[in-house]
Amino acid sequence: MTAYLKLDHIDKVFTRGAATTEVLKDINLTIEKGEYVSIIGHSGCGKSTLLNIIAGLTGATTGGVLLENREVNSPGPDRAVVFQNHSLLPWLTVYENVKLGVDKVFARTKSRAERDAWVMHNLNLVQMAHARDKRPSEISGGMKQRVGIARALAMEPKVLLLDEPFGALDALTRAHLQDSVMALHQKLGNTILMITHDVDEAVLLSDRIVMMTNGPSARIGEVLEVPLARPRKRLELATNATYLKCRQRVLEFLYERHRFVEAA
Amino acid sequence: MSMTATKIEVETAKPAATIAPVVALTPKRPPRAEAYARMARETAVRVIPPLVVIALLTLVWELVCRRAGSALPPPSKVFTDTKELILDPFFDNGGIDKGLFWHLSASLQRVAFGYSLSAIAGIGLGVLVGQSVWAMRGLDPLFQVLRTIPPLAWLPLSLAAFRDGQPSAIFVIFITSIWPIIINTAVGIRNIPQDYRNVAAVVQLNPLEFFAKIMIPAAAPYIFTGLRIGIGLSWLAIVAAEMLIGGVGIGFFIWDAWNSSHISEIILALFYVGIIGFVLDRLIAGLGKFVTHGTAQN
Repeated sequence: MTAYLKLDHIDKVFTRGAATTEVLKDINLTIEKGEYVSIIGHSGCGKSTLLNIIAGLTGATTGGVLLENREVNSPGPDRAVVFQNHSLLPWLTVYENVKLGVDKVFARTKSRAERDAWVMHNLNLVQMAHARDKRPSEISGGMKQRVGIARALAMEPKVLLLDEPFGALDALTRAHLQDSVMALHQKLGNTILMITHDVDEAVLLSDRIVMMTNGPSARIGEVLEVPLARPRKRLELATNATYLKCRQRVLEFLYERHRFVEAA
Repeated sequence: MSMTATKIEVETAKPAATIAPVVALTPKRPPRAEAYARMARETAVRVIPPLVVIALLTLVWELVCRRAGSALPPPSKVFTDTKELILDPFFDNGGIDKGLFWHLSASLQRVAFGYSLSAIAGIGLGVLVGQSVWAMRGLDPLFQVLRTIPPLAWLPLSLAAFRDGQPSAIFVIFITSIWPIIINTAVGIRNIPQDYRNVAAVVQLNPLEFFAKIMIPAAAPYIFTGLRIGIGLSWLAIVAAEMLIGGVGIGFFIWDAWNSSHISEIILALFYVGIIGFVLDRLIAGLGKFVTHGTAQN
């Protein structure tokens, strides 16, 4: 197993005045090229913090992130993020939002016409080419998230980081978008790391599911392989024994062994 | 009394006459008759109430001031006294004996100059204060104190520094209008969502690109609020400043009129000052609306 992305003994401590909170403790994880890994855990367990550390938006207190054996500690397009709330810039059109990243990443390697074609290619991948001149306020939530995915894909990241990408969507739109992401993963073979709190989503999409214990001092509690062949079909899996077993394992972890303790 | 009665008719008939053709025109265009009718109705709804109020107020003013020995002239007298000034705003007899157009344009030039400087400096300082915690800690208390100083209090100091009326007036405009621009810009910059900063970080925008592509568009609604307050304040300050520095300008025109006891001219000048202040405000508001088109939260 070759480590493509390696999380090496990551600890994260937040200090506010005299109070310190240890959010993450000793996180170790290696991800292979082309793998789809989900990180699941109850809210507040620090999974978003972990994603921010990988993205370079937050620094780890100790430990580090290695991408192709090189340490990365600042944000960059090689680890493009699809944000939970799409984070499209409202004053730019769909096309301009995607182009913002493309222009930076391929400033020297692609000509103007090639960059334009590349933006449209990525909008086509997520079936959003028809809305190229619309502004984010004029399209639906699902469409915004598609554009967010296109923006990240267009940067040709080594690792695509998805931060609860479907969390804000209704169930039908979510299923539709999950299928799209599966198809894209199949077609492009990206390495994907996804944060989620949805068990079905994790099992359906992932090769491996990383289950986190509750914070503070959250650790990786268990890593589950999902030995389901691809392409996966949502309807067929509903009665698939392996699928149900995996689902059961995750549910047991989340609701029996690491039940979420209400703070209030 | 019968004189007053006919006067009333004349006063109220005027606004009615300006409205009537608009409404009357509509049925003459059959293809778009309906659209025109709707437009006429919408216009009428907005235009008629203020006209009625103006007519009533003018009437009251006329009734109160037409008594013998009244300190202020009634509107009819204002009109007959200032007829020449209204009809010929472009005369130029040299010195300060010029038409109102020249006075107003001199004032507007000072405002344009001082306000442009304060817009540039204000947005620049606002970005600095909004972006840097240390700049905010250092400068914000200073700003909070300085902004409470009345515009005219700066004038003697600036006269001492510049030894000339023109730059002093421009400085007063500058120092009056800069505070709301700084403060609003800083608030706008501080309120840029972390998401946008994250996007910029992932895309690796350099500071200059971040400024142009994220910061300014994201803060634009706040910046324009500051600019709009700023233009209002500049126009407020210019009249007072010009009264003191003299020369050509609407402020000194008013002061000169007072010294020569031409009360009607003062009233006419106030009318123009009000209208121009209103237009300036609308202008900046319209510009803001145009520029921030699509920036509204989605």
